Amino acid sequence: MTNQIRSKIWQEDPQPDNHFATRLARCHGFDVYGDMLGKATWAEMIYLLFRGEPPTAKAAKLLDALALALANPGPRDASVHAAMCGGTSGTPAAAILMASLAVGAGQYAGGREILLAVRAWSVCGCDIAAWQRYLAGPWAAPSATAWPAPEHPPGFDPHGVSTPLIVEQTLAGLATLSPGSALPWIAGQRHELESLTGLPLSLAGVAAAAFVDLEFSAEQAEVLYLILRLPGAAAHALEQMDLGHKKFPFYEIEFETKPVSVIEEQPR
Amino acid sequence: MRGPDFLDQSVGKLKSAVGGFVPGSHATTRGCDLHEAFRDAVWMDVFVYGITGRRLTEAQLRLLDTIWAYTSYPDSRLWNNRVAALAGTTRSTGVLAMAGALAASEAAIFGGGVYTAAATFIQRAHKAVAHGASIEQVVRQELDSRRGIAGYGRPLTSKDERLAPLRDKVRRLGFEDGAHHQLALEIDRYLDEGRWRLRINYVGYTAALVSDMGFSPRDYYLYGFSAFMGGMAPCYLDAVEKAEGALFPIPCEHIYYFGQPPRTWPTGLPNDKRQE
Repeated sequence: MTNQIRSKIWQEDPQPDNHFATRLARCHGFDVYGDMLGKATWAEMIYLLFRGEPPTAKAAKLLDALALALANPGPRDASVHAAMCGGTSGTPAAAILMASLAVGAGQYAGGREILLAVRAWSVCGCDIAAWQRYLAGPWAAPSATAWPAPEHPPGFDPHGVSTPLIVEQTLAGLATLSPGSALPWIAGQRHELESLTGLPLSLAGVAAAAFVDLEFSAEQAEVLYLILRLPGAAAHALEQMDLGHKKFPFYEIEFETKPVSVIEEQPR
Repeated sequence: MRGPDFLDQSVGKLKSAVGGFVPGSHATTRGCDLHEAFRDAVWMDVFVYGITGRRLTEAQLRLLDTIWAYTSYPDSRLWNNRVAALAGTTRSTGVLAMAGALAASEAAIFGGGVYTAAATFIQRAHKAVAHGASIEQVVRQELDSRRGIAGYGRPLTSKDERLAPLRDKVRRLGFEDGAHHQLALEIDRYLDEGRWRLRINYVGYTAALVSDMGFSPRDYYLYGFSAFMGGMAPCYLDAVEKAEGALFPIPCEHIYYFGQPPRTWPTGLPNDKRQE
């Protein structure tokens, strides 16, 4: 067992008088505080962290635009709803984000959907015949994991009727900025893909294609998608914290099983 | 019905198949009045009923309780417990510490990530053996189709010190003859005698025990969620009662860097290669 943390991402030089204080920190070789700060943007730093090299100008713009598109899923989204449950009841800030991450991690508009969609891109690329085979299902290799089996093709809205305008706008906007081929291809093939699935493309589907064009791995795309959706969750949670729980929906309950008061006999 | 018409049916209300509470009146869980049916119950009874919809025997509940008790190690080096302890040293809250540590218990190499696979394996093996397959066939098929056997082998050490006391408890409670339990031990013997150097681990053993109680892999996964929880609170407390920031301090030179040499951030980002 080692006491050392191995990393090709980060290097720290200690202060001469204290090896627990940092004099210089380098990210993939770049001096973060002495050189990058003031020159590089947040999106460029994020790209560098995950990809190991500075982005091209186009990739930086695409990541920045993607971050904007994902920044707030809005209060109807389940991950933001979860954050607001924390906010309205006054939980610590981290609990708000943890709640949002747990809910936003799933296969329905969540991080796992992005992972599956990016994996699908690595198999299908820009080949409509390959997508046709993939979209027929089952969308993920069957395995005995905690993840439920996917119930819809990743990147499409199982409850959708037509492609929402904001999805069309995001796709068009990101495709213009893209240094890769996935976004432009899906912009051209969207109707074909939607007719294959019978479902409209979702924002998650556009985001997955953007991650492909940024050359992020499926795992990198999943985790970054989780991060990029947190700002809206946080903002809405704080808003509900201010408004208080009496102004937040509690909902009626409809019992699908009839409540009974008979004590079941235990097999003892 | 699909699309907005389908979703409209659920707007503004919870349709619950598992129960809920009528404020000021009563609460139900899976058709039972909670305060009537579970008047003298232990918490494990309610917990398992919520998952399986079944009331277990007192002996079964005691075994389920013991399974958790025997893996409640207050050792802050363990990855999940370390989360709780680090939250203590950073002076975070106890609930955040425990919640973070519990989430970190859903690992690929131990805990939550293995429960489903281990229970699926032993239940599949049980069916295969019942249909005439040999232990050798079951093992070889599993090793051929996957890299290992879920529930056998351990990341830090091959010997699992929890097994002997748990086997003793199983004996004392009278669960030795369970079909999944017997099969899990037979597979362990087969692997031990062979060249695989894989021994049954705690998850493999407990997956067999709960399979004998009729748990599905998902039942086992949900029950196993808090298996390590008993060790987490002491890890948090140990750290929070000591000097802040004093748990696992890491000096700069303990980052072994093997990346790019020092370089300067470009004054203008490069254009995309595909455009050049």
